Amino acid sequence: MNGTIQAPTIEYALLAPMLVVFGAAIVGVLVEAFAPRYLRSAIHVPLTLLSLAGAFALTIWQAAAKGIPTKAAAMGAVAVDGPALFIWGTILVLAFVSVLLIKGEDHFVAAASAVPGSAEEEQALHEGAAHSEIYPLVLFAVGGMLLFPAANDLLVAFVALEVMSLPLYLLCGLARRRRLLSQEAAVKYFLLGAFSSAFFLYGTALLYGYAGSIDLAKISTAVGSVGGQDTLLYIGAAMLGVGLLFKIGAAPFQAWKPDVYQGAPTPITALMASGTLVAAFGALVRVFWVGLGGLDWDWRPVLYGVAILTMVVGAVLAITQTDIKRMLAYSSIAHGGFLLVGVIATGKAAAQNASALSGILFYLVAYGFTTVGAFAVVTMVRDAGGEAWHLSRWAGLGKRSPLLAGIFAFFLLAFAGIPLTSGFFGKYAVFQAAVSGGALPLVIVGVVASAVAAFFYVRVIVLMFFSDPAADGPSIVLPSRGTAAVVGLAVLATVVLGVYPQPVLDLAHSAAQSLFVR
Amino acid sequence: MEPAEFITHSGGAIGVAWLMIALPLVGAAVLLLGGRRTDRFGHLLGVVTALASFVVAVLAFVQLLGFAPGERRRGIALYDFIPGMATKVGLLVDPLSISFCLLITGVGSLIHIYSIGYMAHDPGRRRFFAYLNLFVAAMLLLVLADNYVALFVGWEGVGLASYLLIGFWQHKPSAATAAKKAFIVNRVGDFGLLIGIFTIFATFHSLKFAEVFPAAHGASQGTLTAIGLLLLVGACGKSAQLPLQSWLLDAMEGPTPVSALIHAATMVTAGVYLIVRSGVIFQAAETAQLVVTIVGVATLLAGAIIGTAKDDIKKALAGSTMSQIGYMVLAAGIGPAGYAFAIAHLITHGFFKADLFLGAGSVMHAMNDEVNMRKYGALRKAMPVTFATFLIGYLAIIGFPLLSGYFTKDGIIETAMEHNAILGWLAVLGAGITGFYMSRLVFMTFFGAKRWEGDAHPHESPAVMTWPLIILSAGAIFLGGFLIVGNRFMTFLSPAVGLPEHLPEFNPVSLTGLVTLALVAVGAVFAWFRYGAAEVPAVAPRGSFLTAFARRDLYGDALNEALFMRPGQWLTRLAVFFDNRGIDGVVNGLAAGIGGSSGRLRRIQTGFVRSYALSIFVGAALLVGAWFVVGNL
Repeated sequence: MNGTIQAPTIEYALLAPMLVVFGAAIVGVLVEAFAPRYLRSAIHVPLTLLSLAGAFALTIWQAAAKGIPTKAAAMGAVAVDGPALFIWGTILVLAFVSVLLIKGEDHFVAAASAVPGSAEEEQALHEGAAHSEIYPLVLFAVGGMLLFPAANDLLVAFVALEVMSLPLYLLCGLARRRRLLSQEAAVKYFLLGAFSSAFFLYGTALLYGYAGSIDLAKISTAVGSVGGQDTLLYIGAAMLGVGLLFKIGAAPFQAWKPDVYQGAPTPITALMASGTLVAAFGALVRVFWVGLGGLDWDWRPVLYGVAILTMVVGAVLAITQTDIKRMLAYSSIAHGGFLLVGVIATGKAAAQNASALSGILFYLVAYGFTTVGAFAVVTMVRDAGGEAWHLSRWAGLGKRSPLLAGIFAFFLLAFAGIPLTSGFFGKYAVFQAAVSGGALPLVIVGVVASAVAAFFYVRVIVLMFFSDPAADGPSIVLPSRGTAAVVGLAVLATVVLGVYPQPVLDLAHSAAQSLFVR
Repeated sequence: MEPAEFITHSGGAIGVAWLMIALPLVGAAVLLLGGRRTDRFGHLLGVVTALASFVVAVLAFVQLLGFAPGERRRGIALYDFIPGMATKVGLLVDPLSISFCLLITGVGSLIHIYSIGYMAHDPGRRRFFAYLNLFVAAMLLLVLADNYVALFVGWEGVGLASYLLIGFWQHKPSAATAAKKAFIVNRVGDFGLLIGIFTIFATFHSLKFAEVFPAAHGASQGTLTAIGLLLLVGACGKSAQLPLQSWLLDAMEGPTPVSALIHAATMVTAGVYLIVRSGVIFQAAETAQLVVTIVGVATLLAGAIIGTAKDDIKKALAGSTMSQIGYMVLAAGIGPAGYAFAIAHLITHGFFKADLFLGAGSVMHAMNDEVNMRKYGALRKAMPVTFATFLIGYLAIIGFPLLSGYFTKDGIIETAMEHNAILGWLAVLGAGITGFYMSRLVFMTFFGAKRWEGDAHPHESPAVMTWPLIILSAGAIFLGGFLIVGNRFMTFLSPAVGLPEHLPEFNPVSLTGLVTLALVAVGAVFAWFRYGAAEVPAVAPRGSFLTAFARRDLYGDALNEALFMRPGQWLTRLAVFFDNRGIDGVVNGLAAGIGGSSGRLRRIQTGFVRSYALSIFVGAALLVGAWFVVGNL
């Protein structure tokens, strides 16, 4: 400490997956700047897919060949541990699948700056203009998603949160049809996201005031030793909680979710509903278990209430939805509540924590795939005005297109948690961990909420198979190869995880076994 | 001798025993999901999957023979549904299950082939083969399962297939009703089995055979008796034993190959399988064993009496099936001394009864689907192959010396006689009645004067139908002697079910055997004078009260209606009343409540970003407040 600044040591190999994604995003920006317009998409699509696949390969290589690190990387700022690697793998696969969906059909506006319905827009469409920036934007968002659950101090977490969110705000506003709704969604998401980020940042500041550090491990040790500063601690922790719970859409911070999911282009909704949820849960679990682990007697009852409220609000409000995407948004809220049950299922014993964590990890994988698949189906059911969003338009779909309706019904059953689908094991793993963690009342609420939720899932199935199709009902677009692959992969994952979950359960378990590094 | 240990196995044909189940299952799935596209080759696919399954069974059998007798209980782990719970599914290949596999796939394949011809002109032929394949898969799961849960899945699967096939011609109200009746009566049995399985789990904390059986002696007598009786209820339902026998006669509404495969050769023997498989439990509960033997004897007499009065050729054969399964149940109730005879009779019965049913089908095929034997007569010249094979099946079932039935049924009678003289003599009496009703059936059909109606032009069936008959009748001739002489089958089966203390010796001139033969001969001669030599009236005479008793299935249906159906209907009305007034009110109120609160809550979602921000702010305040409350508790 003689005045010179020491260069930080960075474990580049450990961070390679993230660096690949960010690097590709920057290359994407350069392509946007220098490549001729007609070449851009041709470069972006392989670049994006290859970087995601490469990052996935690096993640696997790290976990399989190099072993799971036992120390946080980058001077303690980023923790690449078992759960983080598992979450990275999950996010990268889900992002890859979402990109297939993004390139699939014409979901995006030709010129975002044009006023909806104006001559300018008409012309842009005519010229075949396209926003190829979406690919680097998606890559930046995915990079943020990777960093967020691995962030080991609160400032890195905040930066990651913003890196993840900002591109998503933009992407939300790029829907080709229902332009006003899309722009409204983007603005709402941005405003509320900024609002919640402020809470997160304020919470960080207060916790720094309490512990003298933003490092999760140091906060954790301070919780046990610093006395007389409880006000700072409680408000800081609560504020931090608001920022995190907002991202997963827990009640009472869920209001943005239906509006944004509805307005955003469906492939982006798929990315948010799967990737963002996974990343946010990873971060939530890390902050609460690592940073505030010593405080669990305080936060558990609070989260208890939040979980109940989230499950009930998600399940009950979904009943009266008439827009398929809004319904799926409320369903996503309810599933966030089920996942929170797993977060609460912690105890003092490491084995209990590991089983709760592995339950959450499995649930995230299962739910992520099913969700992407469900939104992929939504992109394929169309009428003259674009996607057939109103539920009444889905009536009789089973008679027109039995295969597609059957697949969608299967996804809905998986959401409902019917045995032999992945959803069943997700719920089973989380609820079982909660029961052995002593949270039986919460599980009962969860099961009742599942029953309520089953009602609106089954209602759609009834609508598709037992109603007469409308005379001018929507047509099914022939899926592009990408969309078909997404649907196929999602069906496969939902079946395999439902019938033979053991390998993924084992993987989640071994990832969770090491718990979080501090 | 006690049964052998369970050995974990992998590799070879036994290692892929699941293929036996998977192949016909895939066949059924392709045919059902493929729709009309598979109409052209559907029947061939059905036959090929059944045959492939048979090949796997034969290979597994050969591999099993390669092991020392003490190492012939091979368990194969397949699948663990919920880790850490009692849901491990595996298969058990042992002498008992492989015997069933060979019977199911062997006879099953022959009946598949026969059906190509029998169903040639039916528009639903593909569906028919899909159901047949489904049945074969479910039945194989039933016998190959290494635990009671998978056994139950197979048990329900065969029940479903049976329901679908009895009601295959659902445009006929009688077929639809019969299917429903079979399903409902079977539900009663299934309910018993289910409670039995629950009791097993509650007692032994496991449902795997390998864990339950070694622990069986540790349970209390009362529990074991209860389990045994509950399993017996299940067996009675599936095997049409008293008092759950009433569905089997109506089940003859299904196409004849179905009657042959499901309602004669295989499915209805599932009850016998269950009793023999759970032998350890029954042997530890004498009362349950006694009840099993009584049920067996009662049914073997009841079935035989019903068989004497039926004019419908298939119903007469169905009565006979009931009766023959009664013999098997009787033997299965006796214990290790009877198991080998029960299963051996089950296998030979599978051959000669399938032969008889398919022969009856061939006759019906020739007679424009006429089933009334009073309208047959003198068919032996018109259908020589059918006649010859039918005659062999007939001689086998009545126990004509040196044919299959002679060895296996006689074995059961001798064992019963040694066990309890009353049971033994009743079984002898049953054999005599069998001689009468089977002879009556043959004489009415193939002998006497032509009583054909209208435009009947009987002709021999095509080769695809006669060849299965010939193969089955070969089994009806030789199989019994092969299995019984020298206790070959008993020794083979012993690793699965154990051996009795004294091996029986085959005695061709025992007193019981001679009396049995004499009674059978009397029955046959009596039948000849009434139905062979004398004229058969076109309309059944009223007959004595005994005839009426037999014709109406011993008033079984009347009893069921008076005892169960009418009170059941009253109960239903009562339940509907309570359901409408009480339960529906609560349920609908709850649904309306949730829907209403959803509608009201929805209004909070105004769409204004300012109110969303406010809700976040309020939420944050609540969170902070809650934290303080909890933190300061």
